[in-house]
Amino acid sequence: MSNNSDSKKKNKKQSETTLEMVPVFIMGKKYDVPATLTIQKAFEYAGYQLVRGCGCRGGICGACGTVYRFPDSYRIEVGLACQTVVKPNMYISQIPFFPANKAVYDIEELEPTGSTVTALYPEIFKCVGCGTCTRSCPMDIDVMEYISRAIRGDIAGAAELSFDCVMCGLCTARCPSELVQYNIGILTRRLYGRHIAKRAKHLEDAVENVKQKKFDKGIKKLKKMDIDKLKAVYSARETEPQFGPEEWEPENKDYLITE
Amino acid sequence: MAYTPELRKLIKRVEKTRPARVERKKRGEEFPAQSLKEREDILKYHPDFKDEGRSEIRVGPSKGYKISNEIVELLHAKSRVSPDLLDLSNPDYEIDILIIGGGGAGTSAALMARENGAKVIIATKLRHGDANTMMAEGGIQAATKNRKDSPYYHYLDAMGGGHFTNVPELVETLVNDAPLALKWLESLGTMFSKFDDGRLKTMHGGGTSRRRMHYAGDITGAEIMRTIRDEARNHKDDIRVLEFSPAVELIVNEKGHCAGAILYNLETEEYIIVKAKATIIATGGSGRLHMQNFMTTNHYGATADGLIMAYRAGVSLNFLHTVQYHPTGAVFPEQAEGLLITEKFRGAGANIVNIDGEQFVYEREPRDVEASTIIRECKGVGKGVPIPAGKFGVWLDSPMIDILKGKGTIRKEFPGKWILFKRYDIDITKDPMLIYPTLHYQNGGLEINSKCETSLPGLYAGGEVSGGIHGENRLMGNSLLDVTVFGRIAGKAAAGYAKTKFRDGKLTLDHVTKYHKELEKEGVDVGGRVSPMLLPDYSNPEVREKQLTTKYLGTIR
Ligand SMILES: Cc1cc2nc3c(=O)[nH]c(=O)nc-3n(C[C@H](O)[C@H](O)[C@H](O)COP(=O)(O)OP(=O)(O)OC[C@H]3O[C@@H](n4cnc5c(N)ncnc54)[C@H](O)[C@@H]3O)c2cc1C
Ligand code: SF4
Ligand code: SF4
Ligand code: FES
Repeated sequence: MSNNSDSKKKNKKQSETTLEMVPVFIMGKKYDVPATLTIQKAFEYAGYQLVRGCGCRGGICGACGTVYRFPDSYRIEVGLACQTVVKPNMYISQIPFFPANKAVYDIEELEPTGSTVTALYPEIFKCVGCGTCTRSCPMDIDVMEYISRAIRGDIAGAAELSFDCVMCGLCTARCPSELVQYNIGILTRRLYGRHIAKRAKHLEDAVENVKQKKFDKGIKKLKKMDIDKLKAVYSARETEPQFGPEEWEPENKDYLITE
Repeated sequence: MAYTPELRKLIKRVEKTRPARVERKKRGEEFPAQSLKEREDILKYHPDFKDEGRSEIRVGPSKGYKISNEIVELLHAKSRVSPDLLDLSNPDYEIDILIIGGGGAGTSAALMARENGAKVIIATKLRHGDANTMMAEGGIQAATKNRKDSPYYHYLDAMGGGHFTNVPELVETLVNDAPLALKWLESLGTMFSKFDDGRLKTMHGGGTSRRRMHYAGDITGAEIMRTIRDEARNHKDDIRVLEFSPAVELIVNEKGHCAGAILYNLETEEYIIVKAKATIIATGGSGRLHMQNFMTTNHYGATADGLIMAYRAGVSLNFLHTVQYHPTGAVFPEQAEGLLITEKFRGAGANIVNIDGEQFVYEREPRDVEASTIIRECKGVGKGVPIPAGKFGVWLDSPMIDILKGKGTIRKEFPGKWILFKRYDIDITKDPMLIYPTLHYQNGGLEINSKCETSLPGLYAGGEVSGGIHGENRLMGNSLLDVTVFGRIAGKAAAGYAKTKFRDGKLTLDHVTKYHKELEKEGVDVGGRVSPMLLPDYSNPEVREKQLTTKYLGTIR
């Protein structure tokens, strides 16, 4: 058994057995590829060595934005090449790069308001509400809505709604008003994370406790322990229940801060 | 591709045992965890223990060390550049610090180097952020809740996970700096999942004794990566990023200091010389070498380049005899093969069951133990689920999560995976997923100390490319932490070095010449190979046959 998808061997095997093949048009040129492949693997099957347009191969980095259409259709369709399975007769072109501007700022200094966003990205007012961005988003994000929340000053709402954005740029490539939605999205998320979400007090305390070397003695002891003793201490440590309350505390309070 | 009728039939067996398993979960009853002794036995099923998977390195500072064949092949290869033919006297760039690799470690290093007064170039192979860091889903460990947790327990867990082989100084630094690293990320605006009062949400991961895994939805790594990348882009005068320009060789000057690297522009095919006062290697892992033909979770550029370059320059390797297989990679449908199904599914209550719907493993064993037990169930016990294309897997019973934690939990906590499987006509709130161990993490790497220094003056390393922090087995959530903690340390240390310790001198590639000679002397057959690999080759072999010139030049010339 070889659990491996990408190896060369496997490709060989595939071409030996009879596979259902479908015709696709890579930038207008016809290739027959196995029907089960993603667009990304179809490029490779056709003989391309990808340099651009391929990053994580797992639907999260946004390197592989792709547009396609079918000969009998007026619609332009979009997808991530690594996530979209080929269909017969699709005309495919990747958009691995699309020019976009990014505002430069000091996140520390900014206020989490709509006017911060509109000052950094004044073109946001040009949005005509056409919804093309929403229709273009491979992550099914309501892009137009996060843009309008940003304009309204609902930073938390925009941050939440844009959270799954992989910054593939497909919305930007198609916006008639030339917005760079994903850079607006990350600005709202950083504003939210930095200025709206409450700071974690326990994190602050933990940093302080380390700084005051409150755990050093314990760790020094572990570092010096011979391995059998260390194993015993490890095996004897208490484990917090998986679904217990947040306030759970262990019996043994050594090396913890209790007050 | 939805489940086949055969698989649908088998799902019935899982459904049959589900109610009883849910009841047991509710009562807090778990499948018994393995003792340290049992763990030892089960690990014989781990791919690391297959002797034919490894061979000895025959040259260089770790000569005699047995590691994966795939890495050894790249070490037993010649440089992409011919040392005699290259004129190094007119560098294309001169800079304080060159950082090789624009993932989590490289970007953290750049921000800290800048904060410490250095000008930085990041040279990276793909786009800035196309990296394993982007792909991390589960979370990042740190002992931030000191009423129930502290660096002491974090230290213990990390050591236990690594079979007590970890380098103690490195673990100490990791756990002590963890809260600070998290606070830094919080202050940059990383959207960690929080309670309304600001407390960070935390959960368990494999091998943790306290719930200390912090997360940002199910895209923790992406949220961290895009935040620090955005921050780097806010300092474009100090941090310059060269994309699609991988490093192919380090430069060592006549004083024996690392003094930059040779880059290769993947598009124009030019070689570019960067002279730097200090260099940081942050090239990440090596999953795309597909050790023992395993599928992988890693990004396209994870091809061990940093290991190869630094090794040629004299840096030793450690802990590379172990490779981490993630217990739960998707094996079906084919398009999703190798993709990581985060441990959080198990953390949230999903059982792992065999073809008969029976549990056979505790869901929070350390990764190598969990993976080995799954491999045994398929290969030893024979209770794996057969999958089209002649493979096997076991079930990850995701529907339990919604039953245990309320309808809608999966869609809320795992939106990414829900959408992904929906595209293939599989509803993971109703049907289980098929999984098998997948190549995931390079436990070992370049030897460093707690300041990220390597044995070569002026060369620093941080992140997945380094070895020792995690010993023989990394715990989930400790590597996002590692890249942040040690990336920051490397940046700061390199900036200090550039200011005070760097000694200028003539640039050379003498170490490469020497390495080539040693290969020859040891009679190593390099078989026409050059390394680093830069990108894997997945093209159709039949087409490859007809690409006549690639036989001589390779697909990346
Ligand atoms: C799917 C997945 C899920 C994970 N989940 C978790 C998790 O939940 N928690 C956790 O803690 N860890 C997790 N990990 C592990 C963790 O994400 C990585 O170990 C860590 O992010 C590595 O960071 P890095 O900066 O060292 O390397 P990377 O982030 O991989 O960055 C390396 C960079 O170097 C570039 N590069 C490579 N070669 C060269 C070259 N020759 N020249 C120039 N640049 C080069 C690469 O293209 C890349 O951009 C996960 C990993 C994967 C793959
Ligand atoms: S595509 Fe542009 S103009 Fe249209 S709704 Fe989206 S942001 Fe507004
Ligand atoms: S919002 Fe735009 S950039 Fe983000 S994922 Fe959707 S289409 Fe891509
Ligand atoms: S390659 Fe990363 S999203 Fe497709």
